[in-house]
Amino acid sequence: MTLLPELKTIDQLLDDCLQNLAWAIEQGQLNNPLMVGIHSGGVWVAEALHQRLNLAEPLGKLNITFYRDDFNTLGLHPTVAPSQLPVDIDGRDIILVDDVLYTGRTIRAAMNELFDYGRPARIWLAVLFERDGRELPISAQTVGQRVVLSAQHQIHVAGPTPLTAHLVTREDLA
Amino acid sequence: MAVNFVRPIIPKLATDPWAIQFDAAGHLKHLLTIEGLGATWITRILDTAEGFMSVSDREIKKVPLLRGRTVVNLFFESSTRTRTTFELAAKRLSADVLNINLSTSATTKGESLLDTLRNIEAMQADMFVVRHEQSGAAHFIARHVAPHVSVLNAGDGWHAHPTQALLDAFTIRRIKGDFAPLRIAIVGDIKHSRVARSQIHAFNSLNVGELRVIGPRTLIPNDIEPLGVRVFHDMRAGLKDVDVIIMLRLQRERMEGGLLPTEQEFYRLYGLTEEKLKWAKPDAIVMHPGPANRGVEIESRVADGPQSVILQQVSNGIGVRMAVMALCMSAES
Repeated sequence: MTLLPELKTIDQLLDDCLQNLAWAIEQGQLNNPLMVGIHSGGVWVAEALHQRLNLAEPLGKLNITFYRDDFNTLGLHPTVAPSQLPVDIDGRDIILVDDVLYTGRTIRAAMNELFDYGRPARIWLAVLFERDGRELPISAQTVGQRVVLSAQHQIHVAGPTPLTAHLVTREDLA
Repeated sequence: MAVNFVRPIIPKLATDPWAIQFDAAGHLKHLLTIEGLGATWITRILDTAEGFMSVSDREIKKVPLLRGRTVVNLFFESSTRTRTTFELAAKRLSADVLNINLSTSATTKGESLLDTLRNIEAMQADMFVVRHEQSGAAHFIARHVAPHVSVLNAGDGWHAHPTQALLDAFTIRRIKGDFAPLRIAIVGDIKHSRVARSQIHAFNSLNVGELRVIGPRTLIPNDIEPLGVRVFHDMRAGLKDVDVIIMLRLQRERMEGGLLPTEQEFYRLYGLTEEKLKWAKPDAIVMHPGPANRGVEIESRVADGPQSVILQQVSNGIGVRMAVMALCMSAES
């Protein structure tokens, strides 16, 4: 029997992320950032963060279905919603938001898609959870909680309201 | 020039001729006809197309989904709009595209269709987009291609033009929303129209409230009513309370004489003029699969008027064809 890590509450996670982002903005590491969430979980998290950070521009949303590298094995699922970027991203600082950073493939796809819209000055990755299992050299700048999990376990984020997170096994999801 | 040696390819259709469209796992592999797709697959294609529409509005109008795949446009019959939108759709998915116009190529030199197919297959093609003057040509090709190849029917004889029907359904859904309360009228040369045949199957699957066809007796097939359409020979009666008017092109090149007195007479009775358009609902939309014969089936002022959505059909055609290509090529072969 494995000992499972205890997950922070959503409020705690959001608070920690917010504090870190506010600090980065204050320090000048992020200049007038534009926030972009990745469908679906990332958008829910981004909505919560965006509201509390009082960012001037509306939230951007990315649907990375057309950029996935596992298209051949997973097939094409009818899309949830198309990508929407409300403003030009050329030269902008972007806070890219997702719920869980795991293999890094989603983030790679999201960055590829962002570059098809323009050339951002900086992409800053913010995630609620960072877990082990990276398959690409990608890391997050803002992290709500770091967890180490066995391959059988996953963090399941549900939303948008209420936004919840809990540990599940692969069998639970099947 | 007629390509006589391809005539025998009209297939002996099995009991369920559209089953070949799906792979063993039940996933769409070829798109040959609307029949057999059902509301589920049609809706899935339209939903997927909705996602692809935004790609055309971006600065870089391309997604990497089909990078490294090769799409071959096999056109045995000339076409500009359909071939161009298929080509653009493939390119926006990052596929490589090869256009082969076979009406002027190898087949006129005596090569058989199967030989042509084998040769193009040897170039490692992943998808054939086929237009042919013979009904059943796309089916025939789908039955003979290598297992990893998908076939899309871009129009075969009088039989089917499924992507046109899908893009029409997509256009209607975007403007009118739900299909159930709609009255749709298809006007003109129904008999020689593969577009009309595919539209009737699509609209029936989508449970359109009422489907009508309007045209002279000589241009409406006798056996059409069992397909769930109401037949009208009078425009005024047929257009009453209609939400969507689909004008068909008068297929002059397919007409074997004697079916029509003159084009002027056809225009007088069935040509969509501003006057006749008033017989439909005030917010009715006017559609045409193109290319339109202005002054034969439609008046210029209507084709270019505020109720016309003809150019939206063209733009929507790209998104819908992207969706069909992506869905068919995501099948496990």
